[in-house]
This record gives sequence, structure tokens and C-alpha cells, in this order.
Amino acid sequence: MVYTTSMNDVIVIGAGVIGAFVARNLSRYKLNALVIEKENDVGDVTSMANSAIAHSGYDPLPGSKKAFFNVKGNQMMPLVCEELDVNFGKVGTLTVATEDSQIKMLSDLKERADLNGVPTKILSASEVLKLEPNINPNVKGALLCPTGGIVNPFTLTAHAMENAIDNGVKLNLGESVLSIKKIDGGFLVTTNKSSYETKVVINCAGLHSDEIAKMIEPIDWSIHARKGEYFVLDHYAHGLVNHVLFPLPSEKGKGILVTMTTSYNYLVGPSSEWVSEKDDLSTDPLTLGDVKAQAKELVPNIPFNEQIRVFSGLRATPSTHDFIIEPSKSEPCFLNVAGIESPGLASSPAIGEYVVDTLLAKVLPLEVNDKYQPRVKKYLHPLSLPIEERNAVIKENPDYGTMVCNCEKVTLGEIEDVLSRSLPCRSVKAIKKRTRAGFGKCQGGFCQPNVIRLLAKHYGVSPLEILYDHDGSEIVKEEVKESVHD
Amino acid sequence: MSLENKELICICCPRGCHLSVSPNLDVTGNICPRGAVYAKQEISNPLRTLTSTMRISGASLPLCPVKTKDPIPKGKLFEAMHTIDCIHLEAPIKIGDVVIPNICDTGVDVVATRDMDLIK
Amino acid sequence: MINKDLVIIGGGSAGLAAAIGAFDAGVKDILIIEKGEFLGGILNQCIHNGFGLSEFKEELTGPEFLTRFVKQAEERKIPYVLNSYVTSISKDKVVTYLNREEGSVEIKARAIIMAAGCYERNAGAIGIPGERPAGVITAGQAQLFLNEYGYLVGKKVFILGSGDIGLIMARRLSLEGAKVLGVAEIMPWSNGLNRNIVQCLNDYDIPLYLSHTVSKVYGKSRLEGIELSEVDTSLRVIEGTQKRFDCDTLILSIGLIPNNSLLNAAGVKVSRTKGAEVDEHMMTSVPGIFSCGNVLHVHDLVDNVVVEARLAGKGAALYLQDKLIVDGTKTIDVCPGDGIGYCVPEKINTLNLDGSVEIKFRVKKPSKNSYLVFSLNGNIIKKIFKPAIIPSEMEIVKITEDVLKNNQGTINVSLVAKEAI
Repeated sequence: MVYTTSMNDVIVIGAGVIGAFVARNLSRYKLNALVIEKENDVGDVTSMANSAIAHSGYDPLPGSKKAFFNVKGNQMMPLVCEELDVNFGKVGTLTVATEDSQIKMLSDLKERADLNGVPTKILSASEVLKLEPNINPNVKGALLCPTGGIVNPFTLTAHAMENAIDNGVKLNLGESVLSIKKIDGGFLVTTNKSSYETKVVINCAGLHSDEIAKMIEPIDWSIHARKGEYFVLDHYAHGLVNHVLFPLPSEKGKGILVTMTTSYNYLVGPSSEWVSEKDDLSTDPLTLGDVKAQAKELVPNIPFNEQIRVFSGLRATPSTHDFIIEPSKSEPCFLNVAGIESPGLASSPAIGEYVVDTLLAKVLPLEVNDKYQPRVKKYLHPLSLPIEERNAVIKENPDYGTMVCNCEKVTLGEIEDVLSRSLPCRSVKAIKKRTRAGFGKCQGGFCQPNVIRLLAKHYGVSPLEILYDHDGSEIVKEEVKESVHD
Repeated sequence: MSLENKELICICCPRGCHLSVSPNLDVTGNICPRGAVYAKQEISNPLRTLTSTMRISGASLPLCPVKTKDPIPKGKLFEAMHTIDCIHLEAPIKIGDVVIPNICDTGVDVVATRDMDLIK
Repeated sequence: MINKDLVIIGGGSAGLAAAIGAFDAGVKDILIIEKGEFLGGILNQCIHNGFGLSEFKEELTGPEFLTRFVKQAEERKIPYVLNSYVTSISKDKVVTYLNREEGSVEIKARAIIMAAGCYERNAGAIGIPGERPAGVITAGQAQLFLNEYGYLVGKKVFILGSGDIGLIMARRLSLEGAKVLGVAEIMPWSNGLNRNIVQCLNDYDIPLYLSHTVSKVYGKSRLEGIELSEVDTSLRVIEGTQKRFDCDTLILSIGLIPNNSLLNAAGVKVSRTKGAEVDEHMMTSVPGIFSCGNVLHVHDLVDNVVVEARLAGKGAALYLQDKLIVDGTKTIDVCPGDGIGYCVPEKINTLNLDGSVEIKFRVKKPSKNSYLVFSLNGNIIKKIFKPAIIPSEMEIVKITEDVLKNNQGTINVSLVAKEAI
């Protein structure tokens, strides 16, 4: 075995929510671990464009990996979110029957839930209407899953990774893996920036996990991108829905959900369409029109005039129809964590734990990191504190009294806090994801210029270099009048 | 010399009267006398007020808004912009201060349109 | 908790004028709460001229106009706080604001004037097909970058929306070295002032595409181009008319929306245009809460904003002096009829009249040779012939006190073709 000083124990490819939880679990042990992420931020693809649901786990096929990890992940979620200071709302989910023919399906789903070990209750039409006054008055009944909830996917990913970095894991952003070669003692991972030797590779590369897996052996599975388009609605003063509402799958389609988010917006979607390009994030009016029509069958009076954004996300759908969480066929030290489509977000804490504590433990001795700290430092949100406490915080740090994003009420102090953490936060979009600045009804109209100037000042660069998200996405193009800022 | 009426829109005020100017410079369609003056000027030598910004140091903002005190020939706008862009002001500046006298030989001064206090 | 007679939210043109109106009508215990670094609001970045023609009989730039009002407020020593953001207004008129020196401050106000202006309708609200690259930005934000900080948001620009902000930026960007390829307007008529078509588009040879829209954006990280399409009378894209323009920036000038959410939470009744419903003194459905300026309804001329704001200030003064009857026993509802988009005020308290009432409204589409007809309980009280009338110009019509006094019922405002009279 040849070891060089730069031999890593583990390289994780991909810093979405799965890579972030794998990294967090790695950091519980004394390992030289490096995460390589091709985008400029963590959680920048599927992990940031999804329904933000911590599914209860009633609906995956019993016995499947999806069922196992979903149920476990959902059970872990409250504690994980507490440790990682992530907003989690155990609001419960309602799977709604709007036709008499669907009532039997509710019982079938309850049976499945029972097999998966998920507590559920079948509600009558009148019980549903009491819980959800805005629902389709023709509702016939629903399956209530009290353990299902909503979670902030941006901070779930970011804080898990922050925690991993705090506990010793390294992260490289903006770096793509080009090839992986088997070498003595492990693998040589070559990226667009450098080469690294590692004993173990953990493939969490999402949409591209099949391409990464193929780098060391032929595979009999593949990942196809399945796009989902969504509407985001502004904070609705009167409370539209109280639970996450799902329809039952019917001939009309897979099901468009209507839900509140952890920031009190409303999310309507997703559609479901296969796309040939793994980076096709376009939205189109026909698909969105369809989403609207289907959503209205669940909740007739959705205030679409409160729309503040549309977006699309890409599911990494596996040809196997189930999660692929196993070592590669020929290399026990090459672990594939692929095809993590829904219920991936809910499953993520459980997947991270299993990949490290079970799969990795088989091939690498794991020595406990006694310095491991499971919690991130709490993020202060002065406006959610009672006034006396708030003013004490502001007295100590006046930046918490300077509003930057008016629509979402994000203060300078909160932004500075994010910038001071171990997880890099270099772009306008990264600030948006971590703090919500720019997510509101004016979509950054008032705060974006300030955010750009803050980032420029913090990183000591010109505002001309500040990106919105990807390379090439600078927001301001040119300074006029020859070096105004001497 | 054209034998047809010229149709113009007056830009003197937000009303934007539709003006018609005959070949011998009779103006109709204007609600106020300024329209007639504008129309004749527009046909012979169109003028425009230029508003822009100039670099300034010592103030709380990096730019000071300015304007030409009177309209200048339309054809000189870009030349005037270039001159404006090459000059660097220093705070304090008061509204109405002449920051560039007689811009591009038009006889028109460029004045500041905002008070820019000196920041200590 | 501090007590104050009058709290004014927003220190822009509307807030300043409202403060002055209230002060001159006898209110001294005032506080203006301004979120920005300076008083003056959006006019700080409107460095172009066209302001003040009726208020001061002079053509002024935005900064010059606002400075006059700041000076008037300073002469009266009206107190204000800067860099202070109002985070809530409660139903019982407690205003909470936030700044770095004081933290959160609660004020029990006897009267409140909402003068918080607008925000811009943006890409998210209209969901332009395509991805969401950088380079799609609203005209106001582009204006702020350019006029306050000296940055061009793009070099090759297309503009969606022919409202004045977009037209002004077409000129401004051209003068600062960008190439503006065109302006698309979905309606068959322009939304901006004619003078701006001339001095912002024609002067720079920038084509205006009426009945067109941007039907797609190209680009992933940064905008690479837009697809321009013609639309039919139902505003739907006409197949086969799509044309691609390569550009790095799409500027949106697609409308302003009253920034009224603070009043929603205070239980104030809100109109279809998203501003508050008000009476002849600009008082909302909550006694003692007033609204004026762009947060009430979008104006095209700041000269009209300050007149309306002074009226709101005076209204607040009368309310504080217990001179306003608020029980609504004798009221006239003002309703938009045929061809009219909206009316302000929506209600007239005929026991509170102290002069004529100005009804402000906009027509739904351009019209030639028509009559504006005002009828009270079915009887025509005013008829005005309009050779030409357009939606982008707010109309202001005075109804005299004698017609309204002690009356009740409904005033209907309609646009009627000449032949129908």
C-alpha cells in the first residue's frame, strides 16, 4: 500500500442533502474526509428545488429501501433539526380522496402504512372539512399521517454540512470529478482542479451518480431526470391550508400537492415530466397551467394572484425504482448512494447514518471523534424573539437592528452571522437559501443591491465579481465613469 | 423645405400634446405657448436637457446627480456624457452649484441637483 | 411604550407632504419613520427631470423635487428617524419599528398615515418561460445600481413593458454605454407618457413593439437572449411570430404594486388594486389610519402624490381634533362603471366635507371622443368630453361640495362613447 501525505480516508462526491448528512456522520469519526461538489454551493440542485416535505413514510412499498429510510429519517428529523437549528414543522399530511372510487385506496394506503410502521388515521369527509375549511367541499375522506411534516431543505443541507466542517470535514466547492481510477489502496479521483488519493469513495452525486458509478465499472442501473414545476405563493394572511395536502394518484396524474412551507409561504406542485437533459430547469406555461388546474381540485380557491415565483426541480429517478445504497459490485470501498428521489429529503438523516455506520464500517476502521459536537451554533432571528430579548440582542450587536430584506424581515446581523460560519457563502443565491433574503414578494428588488455590496465587502472583491449562483452569473456587468470607487 | 405638415409630440410637460407644424412654421395642437416654441426649435435644432451622474469623493454616496441647466443640442448628448464622465467632483456640493461651465461649448452649464455633504 | 399623535410610515414624497399637511393643520406631535439612509424615497434615484411642473411651475429632477419637501419639513422641525423599518402595525394602532440604535420601538399612535410606496412586479410573478438566469432584473433595481452606485446591470438590453420607468431606463442605459435593442409592450398602446416615447426611444432609435411580449428567456447562468412574440387581442402568443434577440439583460417594467402588507395585518380593508380603501380624507376603514401616495394607488406624477398626501395629513389633523365623524351614517360609495378601472376614494363621508372632493381614476383602455359621466344615484352630476383619454394618465375630477353635501348613495363613474350620450 502506498500512502502519500494527501491520502484521504474518504472522498464524498456531491454536497446535496445526502452528501451533507454522509459528511456529518463521517465527522463523528476520526477520518480524513473531503467532500467535492461541482456547484458553487451545497444543496444547489435537487436539494434546493423540491417539495420540502418530511414525508411520514406511509406510501413507499413495504420492504423497500425507500420505506425503511423514509420512516427512520422521519423519526430522526425532530432531533436532527433541533441539533442543526433547522425549521421543522410536524404539521401532518392529509392524502385526500375527492371521488368515491378513491375511498378503497385510502384503506389500501392505511394497510401499507401499518406495514411500514407509520401511524395513520382515516378521516371522514366532515372531519377533513373541519381540519381544512378551504379544501374541495366535495372531499370524500382522507388519510391523516400525523408524523409527516415540512422542513426547510436549504438549511437542512447547509447546517448539516456546516456541522460536518466544524467537526473536521473538508469541502471543495465548484469542483467537478472528471475521472476515478482504481489504485493501490484505494482510488485516484481527478477533478477539473486537482487529483486526490482516497481509500474510499462515497458517490452522492445525485443526477450524475450513474455517471460517477460508471467511472470504475459498468453498471446495470441508470438515473433519469424527472422535472417537477412549482408555484410559490406569498405569505397568505388568512391561512390557506393547515396540513400538507396530497391528492390520491388517479388517472389524471401523480398528484399535485398544496402545502405551507416553514417560512409561511405556500407551495403548489410538482408536475412530473421526463427530460432528456439533466440540467433542464425550464418552466413552461402549459405545464404550470396543468399544475394549477390539478391543485384547484384539491383546494379550489388557491390565491394564484399571490404568486411570487415559479421554479422547477429535477428528481434523480433510478431505473430500479428504489434507492441504490450499496457498495459497487467490484469495489467494496466504492459506495453508491444513488437514485435518491422522493422521499429523499425525509430519508436523508437515516441514509447518512447507514452509509457511514453500516456500509463504511465494513471497509474502514471507525475511531470515534471524541471532539464531535452534534450541534451548530444557534442562528439568532431577532424578530422572532419577544421585544425585550430582541433589544438585548440588538444592544449587543446593532447589526441585528438593521433590516436588509424588508419582505422577509432579514437583518444585517443574520447575514453577517451566515458569512462568519465555517460553510462558505459566496453568492447572492447562497445568502438567499440560508437567510431568505430575496425570497419574498419583491424577489430581491430592494435588497439585492445591498446583499451584493455586503458580499463584496466581506470577501474583499468588487461587486462586479459577485455571482448570483453559477459561474458566469455576475449581476452587475460594468462600472461606469472610470473607477468611481477609488 | 418640406411641403407637408410635420407631426411631433411635445416633450415640454407630461401632457405630450400632438403638434402639427406647417411648412411655414405655424404650430397647431399645443395647449400652451411653450408647445409652439418647442415645435419650431425641434424642427430647426432639436434640444434636450441632459441628466446624469458624476463621480464624487468625500460624500456618503459615490455619485452626484447633475443636469444641464438648459437644453443642449441633441447631437451633443453623447459628447457631453463623455465630458461628464471624465470629471471627478469633491464634496461638499450644493444643489445648483455649477459643476461644469459651458459644457461642450454649448453655453449651457451643468449643475448639481442634489446636496452632497462632506462626510467627516 | 411611547405615545404619539401622528406616525407617518415612509419619508418619501408622500410621507413628507403628509407630514407638512398635518403640521400646517395643527398637528405638532409627529414622527416620520423612513427605512432608507435619506429622506426622499424613490425620487432619490430618479435623477431625470419631469417633476414639479404643477407643484412648483418648474421642471425639476427627482432629487431637486424631494429636497424642496425635505426643506419644508426641516423648516417646520418635523421629527423623523432614518434607517428605521416598521415591522408591524397592530389593530389598535401600535406601530413597531426597528433600527440599530434603539432596537424595536413600540409607539401607540393616535393616527397613522401609510406612505410606504410600491414595489415592482417582477419575473417571479409572471413566470416567464425558460430558466431563471441572472440578467433578468426590474427597471427600478437597474436604476438604483446605475444612479446610486455606478454599475451597469448589462450591456445589451431588452426591455419588457413600456411604462415610464422602462422608457426612462432605456434612455439612461443608452447614455451610459449600453445598447438597448427594443421595448416590448403587451398592450396595443404604450403605458408611458408620449414625451418619454420621443425622448427615450425615438431619440435613441430604440424600436417599440406594441402587442408583443417576451415569451421565453434563454440562458442558464446569465441571460443569453429573449424570444419576442406578437400577441393577439386576448394577449396570447401568435404562433410563428417568435423572434430571438441575443442580449445579456432583460429589464422588466411591468408594473408597480402598493407595498401595503402592513395595513393588511392591521385589518384595513384593501381594494382590488392592493391599496387601502379610503374616504375623501384618505382615511381607511380603520378610523385614524390613513393612506396616500403610491401605497394607496400608483401615480404617474409626483405632483399629484403631494396634493393627495397633504390632504391625508389634513385629514389626520381633523381626525386628531375630533372634527371627523367616523360612524359612516351619510356616505356615498364611489364605484367604477363601464370602462373605468378603479376610483379613489371609494367612499365619501358627506358629513365631513370641507370643500370639493377630487375623484381620481383611470380608464381601462385608450378611448377617443368619449364622455366621462358621473352620476349620483342615477342622476348625471357631471359630464366631461374627452377627445382622447388613456389608462397611463390618472384622471382627477372635482365634484363640488354642494352636490355631495348631506347626500348618500352611489356615485358611478363611467366612460361613455359620444354616440351613446
